[in-house]
Amino acid sequence: MNLHEHQAKEILKAYGVPVPQGTVASTAKDAADAAVALGGSAWVVKAQVHAGGRGRAGGVKIVKSSRAAGEAAKNMLGTRLVTAQTGAAGIEVNRVYIEQACDVDQEIYLAALIDRSLGRVAFLASREGGENIEETVTAQPDKVNKLVVDPNVGLVPTDTQALVKNLGLSGDQAEAAQSAMEAIYKAFIESDASLIEINPLALTSAGDLLALDVKMIIDDNAVYRHPEFEKLWDEAEVSADEIEARRHELNYVHMDGNIGVMVSGAGLALGILDLLKAKGGDAADFMDVRPVATREQIAAGIRMLLADAKVKAILVVAMGGGVLRCDTIAEGIAIACKEAGDHVPVIVRFAGTAKELGELAMQNQAVGVTFADDLADAAQKAVAAAGGKG
Amino acid sequence: MGILVDGDTKVICQGLTGATATRLSERAIAYGTKIVGGVVPGKGGQTHLYLPVFGTVKEATATQPDASAVFVPPDKAAGAIIESIEAEIPLVVCVTERVPVLDMVRVKGALEGSKTRLIGPNSQGVITPDVCKIGVMPERPHMPGRVGIVSRSATLNYEAVDQTTTVHLGQSTSVGVGGDPVYGMNFIDCLELFFADDATEGVILIGEIGGTAEEEAAEYLKTQKSGKPVVAYVAGLNAPTDRRMGHAGTVDVFGGGGAADKIKALESAGAIIAPSAAEMGTTMRRALGGR
Repeated sequence: MNLHEHQAKEILKAYGVPVPQGTVASTAKDAADAAVALGGSAWVVKAQVHAGGRGRAGGVKIVKSSRAAGEAAKNMLGTRLVTAQTGAAGIEVNRVYIEQACDVDQEIYLAALIDRSLGRVAFLASREGGENIEETVTAQPDKVNKLVVDPNVGLVPTDTQALVKNLGLSGDQAEAAQSAMEAIYKAFIESDASLIEINPLALTSAGDLLALDVKMIIDDNAVYRHPEFEKLWDEAEVSADEIEARRHELNYVHMDGNIGVMVSGAGLALGILDLLKAKGGDAADFMDVRPVATREQIAAGIRMLLADAKVKAILVVAMGGGVLRCDTIAEGIAIACKEAGDHVPVIVRFAGTAKELGELAMQNQAVGVTFADDLADAAQKAVAAAGGKG
Repeated sequence: MGILVDGDTKVICQGLTGATATRLSERAIAYGTKIVGGVVPGKGGQTHLYLPVFGTVKEATATQPDASAVFVPPDKAAGAIIESIEAEIPLVVCVTERVPVLDMVRVKGALEGSKTRLIGPNSQGVITPDVCKIGVMPERPHMPGRVGIVSRSATLNYEAVDQTTTVHLGQSTSVGVGGDPVYGMNFIDCLELFFADDATEGVILIGEIGGTAEEEAAEYLKTQKSGKPVVAYVAGLNAPTDRRMGHAGTVDVFGGGGAADKIKALESAGAIIAPSAAEMGTTMRRALGGR
């Protein structure tokens, strides 16, 4: 679960991480008023969308008057912001965040994340923070410092001390950076975060340390123990069909091709996308069905594919296991196809648990589907049915 | 022979009285797995599936188990695994999906210096065909044989099992390391065991986008001279970008984790790349000198 910048800053602030004063606004007038209320002589107006690269995409504006703040907000609100991370369609801007601007001497990169190889929480930090951090990491990996936290010990002061020293900080600034790291670590653990990225952590010309931009992701598997995050969930960030899919416990991502795909298991689904491509076809989506899916959930997924006008053929690949049964999938397909009456060709490849029962169920329900023998055959038939070269 | 589990492996099941655990344990027993008891807090002293139920793993060690199958809900999974680690159970298999990642960080901490190997979570488990299965995999496509299989994805694993059975190679043992970002045994741990196993003549390694497990396996392969062919398949060349694909992988902050890079790394380490998910079995068949 992605949090908005302003939500993440509110959380970090409560843990004692220094952040600028700011206000959320959803109209140009509120934005102008917010600038006045915040005081000062310069402000930053920032589009609140779940994507990085906002600065380069025009989603961050520095303004020198409250009127200009309103103007900047007006130009952002209601538009779709397209950044390097959003895809071509962009994300609609419904809210902006207005903060006091500050003069920055140095931009530091500081992130807490899960190091997958080690299975531990780790900090990454670089003195060369800011917009070019990804290039820095690729071109000069030695400019990135890493601190791995032993879960049996916790964050150790001598380690944070060494890290901030490597960042070239000393005196009060070093102390401030160390306590910020402790606060970030505490927030990370207590919020069940999988990422807290501060870029930049600014050294202001006044000598203060300030988290100017924050990206925070909460582990979806742990949201159940954080009812406080439920209200932070922003449906506007997710497409309507993804919300529909989520309602039925389906993992769905819209894509650009014309073959609707439903597969049991994410890994196999990825394999099918590759196979379709190799046969000259293109998937219209990625849809992964969990082993515990019910026939109603399957039917809902097939309905979504049938409702997609650009889908010319549907491919269902189910590998029955100890939990998932092919006949459950078959019943779901039958429900949706019978409702639809006339429908695009449906290619089905069943294997594993209850393969024959699944095929029998399809025949008994008299739903016109084409069976495939194996993965290659299934992909071939789907591409041919969709009018690709196949 | 195979790795990790064989005909003598004695198994306890944590969460035995749950509906899914009951059904899968019945099937495992019918398959030949030696399940010797269950652990369910608060139900110690009861009998279930004609097996003794214990309140704690420590009490269940009276049955001298070699392995524990963890079939408990996500919020209880880490606690259940750690209980088995503390009771020094040699092998723990966790099939639970959606375990919070920081819980797994705690588990990794508990595993350090312990006597336990962990498979999973979010894994289908481990099976040595016709001898012992611990997990949720379908029995049917398996056939005792010559190929070791290790994968992140369960369904791609079943596919590889199905294909190696179709080409009459069969499997020595098949393992799922699980689809989560923080997990127990990895590719390298399994490759080591397969290379040392007499029954295993070749290994199919199935990776996917996200993380660096495939790249690390490639580095390991460069140092090995087992003489056993490794066939690798990596899914996700055409995955939608910048999205999570079902497996609870945390973000790769600085990119990386792409399928093309993983394939390149494995290929340069001497692995034979299966061109598609449909050709894992036939590629291994050729590698082992078959037609």
